[in-house]
Amino acid sequence: MKSIITACLIFMTTQIFAQPNANEILDRVDKNMSSENRVFESSMTIHGKRNSRTITSKTYSVGDKKSYTEYLSPAREQGTKMLKLEDQLWIYSPSTDRTIQISGHMLRQSVMGSDLSYEDMMDDRKLQDVYDAKVTGEEEIDGQKTWILELTAKVEDVAYASRKVWIDVERYIPLKEELFAKSGQLLKRSTLSDVQKIEGRWFPSIVVYKDMLKQGDGTEFEITSIKFNQKIPEYIFTKAALKQ
Amino acid sequence: MIKFLLKGLIRDKSRSRLPIIIVSIGVMLTVFMHAYINGFMGDTIELNARFTHGHLKVMTKAYADNMNQIPNDLALLEVDELVADLNKEYPEIKWTPRIQFGGLVDAPDENGETKAQGPAMGLGIDFLSGHSGEADRLDIENALVRGNLIQHPGEALLSELFSEKLGVNPGDEVTLIGSTMNGSMTMYNFKVAGTVTFGAEALDRGAIIVDLEDARNALDMQNAAGELIGFLPEGLYNDDEAFQIAETFNNKYQDDADEYAPVMRTLSQQGSMGQYVALSKGWTVYISAIFIFAMALVLWNAGLLGGLRRYGEFGVRLAMGEEKSHVYRTLIFESVFIGIAGTVVGTIFGLFFAWLLQTYGIDISGMMQGGALMMPSTIRARITPVDYYVGLIPGLISTVLGTMLAGIGIYKRKTAQLFKELEA
Repeated sequence: MKSIITACLIFMTTQIFAQPNANEILDRVDKNMSSENRVFESSMTIHGKRNSRTITSKTYSVGDKKSYTEYLSPAREQGTKMLKLEDQLWIYSPSTDRTIQISGHMLRQSVMGSDLSYEDMMDDRKLQDVYDAKVTGEEEIDGQKTWILELTAKVEDVAYASRKVWIDVERYIPLKEELFAKSGQLLKRSTLSDVQKIEGRWFPSIVVYKDMLKQGDGTEFEITSIKFNQKIPEYIFTKAALKQ
Repeated sequence: MIKFLLKGLIRDKSRSRLPIIIVSIGVMLTVFMHAYINGFMGDTIELNARFTHGHLKVMTKAYADNMNQIPNDLALLEVDELVADLNKEYPEIKWTPRIQFGGLVDAPDENGETKAQGPAMGLGIDFLSGHSGEADRLDIENALVRGNLIQHPGEALLSELFSEKLGVNPGDEVTLIGSTMNGSMTMYNFKVAGTVTFGAEALDRGAIIVDLEDARNALDMQNAAGELIGFLPEGLYNDDEAFQIAETFNNKYQDDADEYAPVMRTLSQQGSMGQYVALSKGWTVYISAIFIFAMALVLWNAGLLGGLRRYGEFGVRLAMGEEKSHVYRTLIFESVFIGIAGTVVGTIFGLFFAWLLQTYGIDISGMMQGGALMMPSTIRARITPVDYYVGLIPGLISTVLGTMLAGIGIYKRKTAQLFKELEA
């Protein structure tokens, strides 16, 4: 009897502490990070070489297909709007009253001078849909145990050929990420922090992006308020809404 | 003595005609080539100075290190104060701020949608302050093809080729899409005031020229400028003078570790212009040296032939008791006269052909399709005071040198042999 109990305990313990495979981890991460839709306000502080600027915006997004962002401040950027539908992106500039479609090499340009490119903003696909993943190790980040996942692109239309992600073992949230070019060169690094439980899911509210090819101290992206699964009027995701 | 030698030369055509023709041709080529090189290289240097390099350029140290990338994020700030300081320190030099920028020019259709789009090389220059002289410096009035010059804020000039490519005309509106000095995307509307053709392939491909203040507004560069361009008082580039000014300016900031401290570069210290300036400096010397050498060889041969023909004459003169050195000296005097005569004739012809090239030019635009270096599309000579006397160098030196080489034979004449010849 004692031996059976012992065996059961050992079995339960191994089950509890067994490391899930990479796809299971990503699935849990996607559950945290993805949603049917979300509405959030954010402030983006760009620590440039000569000065720092903070830009605030409000974003409405539905899955990984539709996204609408309106910039609220500073005065120079106020009223600038961005609309992403599938793989197309339009920018409306109030000073020129022009809507321009961003495509091709322009997608690699920086958003508002930050360390983020339009391409980074556009690619909201689930990691599992784009990358093959494998767990390559474990590491502690700020006292938090993480799994290190190495992701290799399995589709062609991807901005980064490979990624290295540090996933919090308890909350299934990426705490750090490194993005690599096909050549293996490190292009960008991001660190995620201030993880909060919002509407039953863990969500990092601060992300610091650093474009490794750019001078400056990176871009701090802070989500100041976020709501999931809201009722978003469909007209917001039309080009007509840009000029309103 | 001089009269005697001159009479001899005039009466004996075989003694003067060929050497004078040879010297004339050599001098003509030297004068023509000098004027041509001066014109072509000088025009190229000035064209580059006026449009991009200036005779002197002040930038931040960081900008200067990456100036080929036009990094406006590293631009000079508080430019008005810096210009005031420079005007105080170097009052004879004309300083003007400029902003070079890249971007896309987008032409909308009647619905405001993109009709055409093309990459542009932008230039923000001081049009509207009324005292910069930039429009004259760039000779924009002569470059105007359609429409007017910039007269109001918010106006732009497009290169004619570019406007045709975009399908826009004077009066139409275009949108510049670029990056601010902070790296943000910027959109700025301009009304096309006119179209221009500069005759430089690099500029005519896709240029947009706007007023400096508009460029500042578009690129979020208030009281900033990528570059401060300086032009020497004579209006022509002088490398030594420019170098001295730059050196004194840079010495003041030598110990300043701030990468945004200003630094001054001469035209020859910018990009590949240094080699070009060095080449243009040494070119007169190269041409003269080549012609002196080549003509000396030809005239040496001519002298030898003449010497053979005048073998008997020298023999008689030596037999009459004339010193060998005196015969040699008279030969050299003769060559001086031939040199002077050839130089005058050659210079006249050289100047004539140079004048033709200066007036009419040669259109080489067809050869420059796709060229990246800013070069004039019409080759013109430039006659300078030097051209009036530059021919003297090869004209005289080569003739004298050729004669000296050929005349050495006089010293090899044997008196005993002379009498045998005379008996015969």
